[in-house]
Amino acid sequence: MIKKIITLFLILIPLNSYALIEVDITRGNLDPLPLAVSPLSIDEKSRKSFEKALQKKNIGEEISSIVENNLNTSGLFNPISKEAFLQAPDIANLKPRFEDWSLIKAQALITGKVNYVDNKLRVEFRLWDVLAAKEMMALAFTTVPSNWRRVGHIISDKVYERLTGEKGYFDTRIIYVAEEGPKTQRIKKLAIMDQDGFNNKFLTLGNELVLTPRFNPASQMVTYLSYFKNLPRVYLLDIETGTQEVVGDFPGMTFAPRFSPDGKKIIMSFAKDGKSDIYTMDLENRIVEKITNHPSIDTSPSYSPDGKYITFNSDRSGYQQIYIMKSDGSNVKRISFGNGLYGTPVWSPRGDLIAFTKLHKGKFYIGVMRTDGKGERLLTENYYQEAPSWSPNGRVLIFYRETKTNDKGEGFSAKLWSIDLTGYNERQIKTPTDASDPSWSSLLSN
Amino acid sequence: MKLSKIFKNVFVVLIASLVLSACATKKEIATDIKGSMQGDVYTGTDTVKYLAEGVPDRVFFATNESILTTASRETLRAQAAWLRKNSGINVVLEGHADERGTREYNLALGERRANAAKDYLMTYGISSDRITVLSYGKERPVDSGSNPLSWSKNRRSVTVKAN
Repeated sequence: MIKKIITLFLILIPLNSYALIEVDITRGNLDPLPLAVSPLSIDEKSRKSFEKALQKKNIGEEISSIVENNLNTSGLFNPISKEAFLQAPDIANLKPRFEDWSLIKAQALITGKVNYVDNKLRVEFRLWDVLAAKEMMALAFTTVPSNWRRVGHIISDKVYERLTGEKGYFDTRIIYVAEEGPKTQRIKKLAIMDQDGFNNKFLTLGNELVLTPRFNPASQMVTYLSYFKNLPRVYLLDIETGTQEVVGDFPGMTFAPRFSPDGKKIIMSFAKDGKSDIYTMDLENRIVEKITNHPSIDTSPSYSPDGKYITFNSDRSGYQQIYIMKSDGSNVKRISFGNGLYGTPVWSPRGDLIAFTKLHKGKFYIGVMRTDGKGERLLTENYYQEAPSWSPNGRVLIFYRETKTNDKGEGFSAKLWSIDLTGYNERQIKTPTDASDPSWSSLLSN
Repeated sequence: MKLSKIFKNVFVVLIASLVLSACATKKEIATDIKGSMQGDVYTGTDTVKYLAEGVPDRVFFATNESILTTASRETLRAQAAWLRKNSGINVVLEGHADERGTREYNLALGERRANAAKDYLMTYGISSDRITVLSYGKERPVDSGSNPLSWSKNRRSVTVKAN
């Protein structure tokens, strides 16, 4: 396979927006598109107002560096160092001197302007095709100043979408489990942060063990497992209000929760008498339905995006393998047949793939397969890694990795990582503490 | 004559090895994999506590298994006898898995292991009202090592007094 960014040029039709540069997202990142993110220009009066309001010296530069960082981590773009820029931000935003930008090898250029208007943040930005010497997009937003990081993410999403033809994933958040303390007595808290690691916030205090948080489709609610009062149960948390309630209060352990794609149900496992089966609970009328009924362990359920199917893992064959079934529990079919054990299946937001964890010969892999089990592709191998979660556009997987300890049992750590569906662009996501069980929100602005 | 010399040498070697093993700390003995695992089930005494004299608090399992070994059954019979004698005591059976599995599956596996122990206690006359099952999956290893011996100690069901 050739891993190359394809750039297409100028189709001469007199429309406001037509395809100029195009980034082929389905290929790897060996040749990312060079682009320049000019600092958003700002007049002195606005700059001072934002400095007072946000304690940021130059909010224009801050926002553009968010955009630059996002595009860089996507692996599809290669932002050029600002030191190479020849044209001042304010003039570039009016009319770029394309020769100057093409001289430093930029194929695309982002410019913009920030204003302080009636206590609000007004941002306009433009995307230019340098080689075709054309404006590709121009947009403006007005919002409260405290939203400045989100503005950077929204601009990144717009640029990504314009250049790749697919929705972005930058204006999103990650919910995860923050970990501290020795391996034998980990303290775990729910934590939430922006996709780029900023605005980290702890949502629980660490008094009880919490695991596997997952967003609802609106990204306002989280379902997770808590050991509150030593009773492992599925809980529901409203992120804005902080309200928590138990939803899986059956006589036994409820775990492995996820929302249905319409957000109306929670699907989870219920373990009792050595068996684990899959159940759903309707959040409105609290009606509980038993979906699987088998003496084996059935767990880690995940709905297809249309809600018609469920994938899960079961050891009914003797070993942990991946199955799919209709959402009423009928037509159970095993789909994983490769060597090793398969777990944590998650249906991609596009519906065509299932991401999974595979354990084979002492190694853990994150991989994807088609929903019929064919076309298995292993993206990354490690000592221990599991629990992939999809970016809302289905192009990136986030998961966690644990390290092997040394002979004395020291050196344990758990971190979040991401990798492109292509198998390239593997990156660690920085978190203030150790971290595991990440879940990616949907796109917050739509 | 020759034979007795050989015997004498063997004797000296034996003495030497006895002295050596006496010098070795308990921990070093425990890390001898051959001596403390059968198949991949832990058979040693490191980490084991006692509910009463002669009543170990835990049983160990093979990878991905919840079958009770002969030794585990013996331990659970001792626990059942102790529980019959102390009818006021209730217990929590804490089921655990090693770190070499996915988190959610391991939660289910810990539950299955603790239930295997519970079923056995029940067949020896202990009422289910006195037993609570609690799975920790891979969340609470007792040994933080990343090797087969550490994992074998972590695949366990521990009987803990609830009152």
